[in-house]
Formats: sequence, C-alpha cells, structure tokens
Amino acid sequence: MTTTIAPPTTTEANPGYKWVGTRPVRHDGLDKVTGRARFGADLTLPGMLIGAVLRSPHAHARILSIDTSPAKAIDGVKAVVTGADFPMLESEAGEGGEGEVDFRDLCHNIMARDKVLYEGHALAAVAATSRRAALAALAAIKVDYEVLPHVIDVEDAMMPDAPVLHEDMITAGMDPAPETPSNVAARYLHERGDAEQAFAGADVIVEREFTTKPVHQGYIEPHAVVADVAEDGRAMVWCSSQGHFMVRTYTAKLLGWEPSRIKVIPAEIGGGFGGKTTVYIEPVATLLSQKAGRPVKVVMTRDEVFRATGPTSGSKIRFKVGARRDGTIVAASGWLAYQAGAFKGSPVELGVMCMLAPYNVPNFHLEGFDVVNNMPKVAAYRAPGAPMAAFASETVLDEVARALDMDPLEFRMANAAEEGVKAVYGPRFRRIGYRETVEAIRDHPHYSEPLGSNQGRGVASGFWFNFGSVSSATVHINEDGGASVMTGSPDIGGSRASMALMAAEELGIDVYRITPIVADTESIGFTDMTGGSRVTHATGMAVIEACRTVVADLRARAAKIWDVDVDDVEWVEGRAQHVEGNHPPLTTEDLAETSARTGGPITASASLNARGAGVAFSTQVCDVEVDPETGAVEILRYTTAQDAGRAIHPSYVEGQMQGGVAQGIGWALNEEYLFDRQGVMENPGFLDYRIPVASDLPMIDTVIVEVPNPGHPYGVRGVGEVGIVPPMAAVANAIHDATGLRLEELPMSPVRVLAAISANGG
Amino acid sequence: MARVFLASTLRRFTGGVEEVEVEATTVRALISDLDQRFPGLGKHLRSGLAIAIDGEIMANALYETVPEDAEVHFLPPMGGG
Repeated sequence: MTTTIAPPTTTEANPGYKWVGTRPVRHDGLDKVTGRARFGADLTLPGMLIGAVLRSPHAHARILSIDTSPAKAIDGVKAVVTGADFPMLESEAGEGGEGEVDFRDLCHNIMARDKVLYEGHALAAVAATSRRAALAALAAIKVDYEVLPHVIDVEDAMMPDAPVLHEDMITAGMDPAPETPSNVAARYLHERGDAEQAFAGADVIVEREFTTKPVHQGYIEPHAVVADVAEDGRAMVWCSSQGHFMVRTYTAKLLGWEPSRIKVIPAEIGGGFGGKTTVYIEPVATLLSQKAGRPVKVVMTRDEVFRATGPTSGSKIRFKVGARRDGTIVAASGWLAYQAGAFKGSPVELGVMCMLAPYNVPNFHLEGFDVVNNMPKVAAYRAPGAPMAAFASETVLDEVARALDMDPLEFRMANAAEEGVKAVYGPRFRRIGYRETVEAIRDHPHYSEPLGSNQGRGVASGFWFNFGSVSSATVHINEDGGASVMTGSPDIGGSRASMALMAAEELGIDVYRITPIVADTESIGFTDMTGGSRVTHATGMAVIEACRTVVADLRARAAKIWDVDVDDVEWVEGRAQHVEGNHPPLTTEDLAETSARTGGPITASASLNARGAGVAFSTQVCDVEVDPETGAVEILRYTTAQDAGRAIHPSYVEGQMQGGVAQGIGWALNEEYLFDRQGVMENPGFLDYRIPVASDLPMIDTVIVEVPNPGHPYGVRGVGEVGIVPPMAAVANAIHDATGLRLEELPMSPVRVLAAISANGG
Repeated sequence: MARVFLASTLRRFTGGVEEVEVEATTVRALISDLDQRFPGLGKHLRSGLAIAIDGEIMANALYETVPEDAEVHFLPPMGGG
C-alpha cells in the first residue's frame, strides 16, 4: 500500500483547513467504476453514420492522384473528403500542447495534400451507414503514389544528404541563416558563463552519449468523436480531449468557420497525458457530417492511435559535466537532437531548459535541435522534453558522484538550486522545494534498506515548470443550500474532486453537497486545456474567486435580512454570523431558501489568467534486480518524493505521482516505436508495444512534500507531470549499481541489458 | 529601472548584448523600448513568447505591470502535457 509520510492528511494536521487535504471519494468515481460514465465512443445519435480514415502505407511519398469515385459508388457511402475539401491555411501560430501549433502544419497533418509524410498519415475519409461499408469505401479509393526515400533516425535526418521532408524548411536560430533547406527546423542555445574554460578547472569530468526512442502516451481510450452539423450550419461535437475549447478553436480554424458555430461537449476522457492536446479526427468528422447531413462518429483503432497520433520524440543527447573534488559542479555542456515527427515542433528546447534546472550551475552550454522525420508529428507527453534530457543529465551526475565517492543524494544537495538562484532557463527561482524532495528520499527507510546480489539502487531528480493560463468557473447555490461548481477543465486526474474541495473550503459546506461539473463550450467561459499541470492551480483559483464572490453575496443577503451593515456579518463554516451575536446564524440553506426575496438566485462567475504557478521537483529512488542470464530487470521497490505545494486531495496527488513513475518505468524498460526498413511501424498494438501492467510493478511509495507556492491561495503547485522525469535515469542508475554497467540507450530491454552484460565479459 | 535579460536566441537582434536596463512600468512599454533600441526585436517578443517577471512566468502578459528594479526574462512559448 502507499506510504504517505507527508503531508499530514487529516484536517487536524492541516490547521486552518477543514476540507483541503482530506480524501473524499471522487464525485465521478461511482459512474466510472460502474460503467455509467460516458466516454468519447459512447454516444449514438439517430441516423448516425460511421466514419473511417484512409491512411498512407508509405513513410514518405508524393500523392500523384486520388480517385474517390469508386468509394462514392458503394452502397451506403454518404460522404467522402480529401485534403482538397479543407481550406489551405497559411503558417500561423496558435497555442498548443507543447507551446505553439502552426495551423498550416496542423491542416496538413489531419489530411495530407501533396505528400504523405509518415506511414499512417491521413489522406481521405468516408462516412457510411455501416463500418463494413466505410471500410469497403476506403479500400476502393485509388491513390497513385510516388514513393520517396524516408528517414526516421534523428541523426540520419540531420545529415546533408538526408531526404528532405519540407522544401521550404530553413533552420531557425542560425546566424547566418542556412541557404538550403534541411530537416533541422530550429536550433536553440542556452548558455551562461564560459563552460569550456570552467571544464579546465574541474577535477572530474564525465561525458556520455544517450539514445532514446519515440514512445506513445499510451492512453487506454482511443480518440473518438461524434459530430453533428445541423441544417443551419451549426455543429455539435462530442469528444474526449484535454481541452474542448481547444477542439472548438482548432476545428473552426481548420474548417474556416467561426468558432461560435461549434459547440463542443466534453465526454469523459480515458487518459491523455498530453496526447489529447490537439485534434486529428474532430475536423474530419465535422466536415463529413456537413457533407452527409447526418451525424458522424469516428473512433480510432489502437493501430491508428499508434500510427497516426503523437508519440513523443526519440532523441540523441551528448552530455558532459565537470565538478571539483569538493562536489561542486563547475560546468556542463549538452547537445540534444529530438525527433519532431513530420512537422516542426519537438519539445527539445523544453528539454534543454529542464535538464539542469534542479541545480545551481555557473557555466553551461546547452544546444538543442528540432528535427523533422518521417513519423507521426509528436505530441505533448507529461513534462514534454524533460524525461529524455533528465535520463542523460541524471545518469551523468550519478557517475560524477561516484567518481567523487559521494553519496548521490548528498552530491545533489551540494548543488541544489534554491530560492534566489538563477535557473538554467533564466529567471531566479522563487520559493522552491527541490532540496526537501532530496531530503525526503534520503530520510526514507527505503534508502537504507539492504540489497541482495544482482540488486542495485538508483536515484534521480527531475524538474518541470507548471503553468497557469486562462480558466473560468461558475458557482451556483442551489435552493437546498448545496452548490454546483462548473468549470471548463476536462477531469483527467481527479480535478472534479479538487475543485469541490476548494469550493467546500471557501463556502464552508460539505464537499458532497457540491456538484462539480465540466461544462461545454456554450456553458462556461473559455478555459485553456487540462495540461501543463495547470488545472488545480489555475482553474482552482477561478473556483476560489467565484466562491469568494458568492460568500460576499451571502453576507450581504444576511445583512439585508438582519438590517445591519454587511461589515457586521462574517462567514464562518457555512453560516452567516452577526459579529456581536445579535441574531441567530443563517445557514446556506436559510439564505438559499429566501434568495428570491433577497435579490434572486445566488451565483457568481470568475474568469482569469492565472499567475503565480509554482515550479515542481521530484526525487526518486528505485531498486532493481537484474537477471544476468536473461537481462531482465525487475523493479523491486520504488519511492517518489514530490513537492506538491499543498495537496488539495492527497490521494489524487499520489495517483499522479504513481502514474508518472509507472509510465517512466515503461519508457525505461519496455517501450519503443519499432520501424521496418520501409519506415512502417512494426508494433502498433499493446501486444507488441508493451506498457507496464500492475503485475510488472511494485506498489510505488509516495512522499508528498509540501513547500507552499506563494502564488496560490492554498499554496498549490501542479503535480501532473514532473513524476515522469526521473524514472529512466533512476532505473539506469540502479542497473549500474547492480551490474556496474552504464546503459545509454532506451529502452533497457532484456536484449540490450544482456548485450551489455555479454560485452562486459559476463 | 527593470533589468532585462536576453536569452542567446534573442541576441541576434541585439548584436550580442545580454542584459539591458529599461525604464518601463508595463510589459508593452518595455517591449516598445527594446524595439526602439534593437529594431525587429519587438515583433519577435510579441509573437507568443512567455515572460518571467521576478521569477514568475506568465503568458499573454502584454499589459502586466513591471515593478521598479524587476528582473525580466523572455522565454519561449511553453506548454505541457
């Protein structure tokens, strides 16, 4: 079972709070465990058609012609679309999962035009009265391709003679700019001091080269949508996503529509992890529905999810660290190249900015390259860009600590970033809790537990920014004194419960008398995506602000009833009290019951652009046992410590921490995209692309560290992403401790581990 | 005076200058000042970059207040998963 050492999670141990820090059962929990909750594929409408998408069998090819007439002739086929049916968009930046999306690229990604750029790239779609008819129609579409050379490996894609995906791609960030196109979309440089000179003063220098492979977010629910365009041109889109306002904006942009024509209703979501921060089939289903005049459902198969939706980048990283004998890091340098997939926009710059963020490093030179290649366009994945960078940096730091004969945690604490230190990415840190996460692992019983033969222990740390951005909330006091709390944030990790807890704290009413609702795009103000570990912080602030307005209103109504000044009324635990006790208290129920006579329904909304997001750190320890005969690595024990600022609902904080670690272990040991010589993915299913299941993992112990974020009323820091940053290095360092071998390539599968053991004479 | 730190990727606009002092009370005024000194930089800074004022990272910050003696960093557009 989970061992939560800190924070105190009872109300008694959280002075000043009644609800924050408690663990009520989530409001949506019963529906989810009984199957009543409705996900993307669960909606069926009268007259609904089934949509299907034709995908490229080639990794790179020019489309010479597409003949859809045979498909249209098939009985039951009601609509066919190709790239020619969508507007051609100019390059224009919009906000996206990893920072920015270029709508020209996005419109080419959802439906290819002149070229297909990866196996699985969509190039036509149909809607028919049955799936059988839809698949027959896809088979009937005639496409003439001119197959082109392709490139998958990131270093191969950077070579001067590599097949070029985009003839107009000139590397950004180079001075002078190159004169010829290449697959290198951009170069990023972050540097401080003089790294080369500082290396000359180091007593220990370690340099290694690392390789990671593309991995998928692995959400269990495939992408699914139902679109219904009415005769007046207005559309209803039902889908699961990490942001239904994002779906509205992107779909409208890609169709050339006004956003207000589209109402997006958020279905429950069966996992996203960043992969559902963009659109694939939503604009396609909407256009098919418009053409057919009937609702259209499109549900991806697992095969399509792997072949056509964003994994995260594979990478090549060279990293070097120099330290003095006393354990002080004096310099670091790094060269990072990330696969972007078919269109620019890998998270390499975020990786560059995160990889040394836990430390105070005076001299560094970090250079990153965003490289397009013939695989699906990458999408955000939990702390995008940071995990592969941390695999490199935390492995090298472990080796430096060993070379200095220092405990790896003491070495990290000797160089730990603290408040006032200039982060590697520029600004000075405000109050942060990195050191506390290291101390929590150092002091945990796990760290001193004896190990057996072929067993090893590794540690690693990680950083993620966390974000704020725009959110909206509306709070209604119901006539029985309960409350409805509406937000625009899809609930992926238990945010309904955390919104309800913060509302209960502010309003002073029982958390189960609060109904948290994820409202559609016509029922709540614009809200940015559920991503960037932002919801409990940003949407939570909107909920708190709306609740405080409601409380002010409740006090004013009590003042009206008592005929006193509002300043003589205070709100205590869900009751209006006269400061001098001249009147019996009025409960929320009392005030709701009389609301018609005191001004009408009691309701308030708040919309804001949340500032003050607090950065996140995690430190983790992992024990493994390596089978020297098979190379298999078993995770024996795993403990993760993370600064949550303030855990609103500790169980769901722990869930995020454990989920990040579980995915990181999969990334470390099993997961990778495998391509054949034609650039076709060989393992697009969970049988061959093996994510960890419960029997692969021990219970992951959690230590919630609470160093409150001064930018949030309760001290909240985002918790959803940083947990996935350290595991690859923690596992690699544990394997080294067990075997003496440094593995530099992910995944550390039995084949690779056994090869390393054999190469070492084992 | 706010101290503005310019990341390596912005220094092509500034001829290599890493740090400048700017008299401005809002981000908009600060960017205008920088654009006057380093033509072309302003358009780049307005194109979706995030900003950190005294360590607090924010997007869509054109009308934010810049405190006296603040430390200001421009950062790439950022998002998460």
